[in-house]
Amino acid sequence: MFDDFLIRAALAGLGVALAAAPLGCFVVWRRMAFFGDATAHAAILGVALSLLLSTSIFAGVLVACLLMAALVSLLNGKGYAMDTLLGVMAHSALAFGLVAVSFVSGVRIDLTAYLFGDILGVGKSDLAVIWTGVALVLGLMGWRWSRLLIATLDADLARADGIDPERERWVLTLSLALVVAVALKVVGVLLIAALLIIPAATARPFSRTPETMVMLAGLLGATSTVGGLQVSFWLDTPTGPTIVSLASTLFAVFGLAAWSRQATRRARHSPPSAERYR
Amino acid sequence: MALLTLEHCDIRLGGHRVLEAIDLTLERGEIVAVIGPNGSGKSTLLKSILGSLTPSRGRIHKPPGLRIGYVPQRLSLDATLPMTVSRFLQLPGQRASPRIGETLAQAGAEGLERSQMSELSGGQLQRVLLARALLKSPDLLLLDEATQGLDHRGIADFYRRLEPIRQTLDCGLLMVSHELQAALAASDRVVCLNRSIHCQGTPAHVAASPAYRALFGPEPRPLADTTSTLPESSS
Repeated sequence: MFDDFLIRAALAGLGVALAAAPLGCFVVWRRMAFFGDATAHAAILGVALSLLLSTSIFAGVLVACLLMAALVSLLNGKGYAMDTLLGVMAHSALAFGLVAVSFVSGVRIDLTAYLFGDILGVGKSDLAVIWTGVALVLGLMGWRWSRLLIATLDADLARADGIDPERERWVLTLSLALVVAVALKVVGVLLIAALLIIPAATARPFSRTPETMVMLAGLLGATSTVGGLQVSFWLDTPTGPTIVSLASTLFAVFGLAAWSRQATRRARHSPPSAERYR
Repeated sequence: MALLTLEHCDIRLGGHRVLEAIDLTLERGEIVAVIGPNGSGKSTLLKSILGSLTPSRGRIHKPPGLRIGYVPQRLSLDATLPMTVSRFLQLPGQRASPRIGETLAQAGAEGLERSQMSELSGGQLQRVLLARALLKSPDLLLLDEATQGLDHRGIADFYRRLEPIRQTLDCGLLMVSHELQAALAASDRVVCLNRSIHCQGTPAHVAASPAYRALFGPEPRPLADTTSTLPESSS
């Protein structure tokens, strides 16, 4: 069954959507959207490095993403606001990556495949790499889940429970690098952050616990990737951008639904219930 | 063995020495209040006890395996993170327990299990945070301005809960407070902090000491005068 390129593409997309769900939620909860972007953009630098050194792309991307994260935490608090710093880093990584790729001699490389993904070109070995990465990320998330949640809520509260919030931050960084490396083939560096944030943001108004939010985000992400694949096949559009467009459409539709539900609820009982303990 | 011993600790924050030569011990079953003006290093003291900050000089001793319950001054809850009170109380990894309802009641927050954390009022949030700290059956309970945002009745109510908590858990209790009267009334021992420890002893002793008046001004107080006094440690 892996012989059909569409089935391979769907399986790759599903895997990425699953791994992106828990991580995307943490990116939203911890306000790391810019950080996700910077990490994803560093991936192109990783691609260039692994082409120059002729190592595996997966390893190159992983190393570049981790180096980016290390550099960001090193420069943090050195006189620049975090969003400025990340803006500088994200675009520098992208620019240097593109320049470095031009140095790679020999075969001309199809850059668009790395920028926007090449989900229809996923081969059997890609699929194996993607699902190994997905399993690693989901395993890591499942193992550290409660610790990650507490560290996200409050660093001191985590310390009181014997949890090192710094270590949990690195667990997230490592997972993020893994997801980027895995998602590169599916949506490309420019749209990876979208796949992380949009399903999680869509799921938020319909969730009462962190776990439901992750599951909902996974469902939305899977719908977007498989649906986007289908739509791009019908309309003959680039697949990665179509997937993200579908995710954004779901965000808009679900957002409107949540907003109207909230508005009607507010109209029904206008004064909020008395706060007993104030 | 003391639950907590600080030996001559200095804490630096961004190059500044925020705390200087702190000597402090806390025994099981003791309620100690740390009082001091704003910026005196009260919260820094708690953070260093938690291990978030490391002393640049001196040492902090805690017995291995010490269970710490911590009630922070505030929890900056991000509204993007959905969390019910009962899920919060079960973090990390504490399985669903019948004690949740009971402990919420003990903290004065009964019936809030299904509420969203981000929708609680300030007073409710404080009580839920206390409940979470209690659920661990802590050996040492640290309260950082736990009555912030409460009105007078809420404050009195909060301090009234401390005595039964100490008795049922047999824990040591260290609280940081700016509610002088209430803190003095609820504690066994008071520590006046302003970068260094200016005086410590029983509430009556501290209230009468010149160091206290220098920090907080002369204030006529109807405090029951107990006879015992402790020698004060000065910087």
